[in-house]
Amino acid sequence: MEKTGLFGEFVKGLWKENPTFRIVLGLCPTLAVSTSVNNGIGMGVAATFVLVGANIFISLVRNVIPEKVRIPCFVVVIATFVTIVELAMKAYAPLLSRSLGIYVPLIVVNCIVLGRAEAFSSKHPPIRSILDSLGMGLGFTWALVVISFIRESLGNGTVLGFYINRSFEPALFMILAPGALLTIGILIGAINYFMSKRR
Amino acid sequence: MDLSAYIAIIISTVFINNFILSRFLGLCPFIGVSKHTGPAISMGIAVTFVTTMASIITWLLYKFVLLPYNLQYLRTLSFILVIAAFVQFAEIIIQKKSPALYRTLGIYLALITTNCAVFGVAILNTDMFFINNKAVAGSFFMSVLQGFGAGAGFTLAMFLMSGIRERLEFSDVPKCFKDAPVTFIIASLMSLAFLGFSGFKI
Repeated sequence: MEKTGLFGEFVKGLWKENPTFRIVLGLCPTLAVSTSVNNGIGMGVAATFVLVGANIFISLVRNVIPEKVRIPCFVVVIATFVTIVELAMKAYAPLLSRSLGIYVPLIVVNCIVLGRAEAFSSKHPPIRSILDSLGMGLGFTWALVVISFIRESLGNGTVLGFYINRSFEPALFMILAPGALLTIGILIGAINYFMSKRR
Repeated sequence: MDLSAYIAIIISTVFINNFILSRFLGLCPFIGVSKHTGPAISMGIAVTFVTTMASIITWLLYKFVLLPYNLQYLRTLSFILVIAAFVQFAEIIIQKKSPALYRTLGIYLALITTNCAVFGVAILNTDMFFINNKAVAGSFFMSVLQGFGAGAGFTLAMFLMSGIRERLEFSDVPKCFKDAPVTFIIASLMSLAFLGFSGFKI
């Protein structure tokens, strides 16, 4: 197995193995909550917290968990952290919690979290797992911010709730479901194009 | 509760709030397994079966275990475990009783545990049909119908998408847009068509 440096472990999630754009994982929350930059950041932070928390824990107990029941064990750990986020968000950010709706509990079935637990944390020591999951979480967050920035500015004419230019007539289409699918399709296509050019 | 409310739930989950095209639940299999019509329909049937059963199980669990003991905060944890256990159980039963069915559905069943649609429908049911921690009248049947409708809507979208993608294999797509990106753009156009249903008032 090739050894990557600790820093490499962190950066790979940001671009080279970006969960949203390169691996195309965890799309349900990405598309559903990216209607405004606020929601995007909220979702990104919540998912990053779950990712880091769950992966530290899994990495610490990785030698105790029997091979055969590892997936249920991972799921229980992840669900615990999701519940923490869910309750904390309801208490401290009720507005955000209402606008994210069912997509907060849905972090539990987000493929990124389980995917990192299975592919990385169950095989690596805690320090590496923290860096890896932090990188993945931030990669997910910036992807969400980009998508929600495009959708909010085109679909609502605002960024973080502030109007860009009052004379701009927003296209409601971008905020509705089709706009999300169109945005991610074009973004992934464009990134593929640039990656193939660079090679 | 009269019949029209039940019909409204079915129409609303299949068309108006289609699970894939308007709620974005279950996108991973929608992109991954929709290359050919056969597997797409098998996947759809497997999902419909699991969403319906999961609706029944989670409703019973929520009503008779979580609510009486004030354990609502365990909803996420208990639902995901129960669904995962049920999927495993179903897989074993089908493998034993009907090997032919297992060959068509088997691998899809394993994938379904982490399908957002299944967990999403369970969460939606408890959000919609339990108001102030009380089950609304007829909530059991409404949950079951919503579970079934979610699966049916998923199957419909899978079927339509796989038909389009089979044709798409012969067309000349720019290289960087092959596979996932072009599928998203088609899905966007399909979703635009489904948006037409949202004017329905039932």
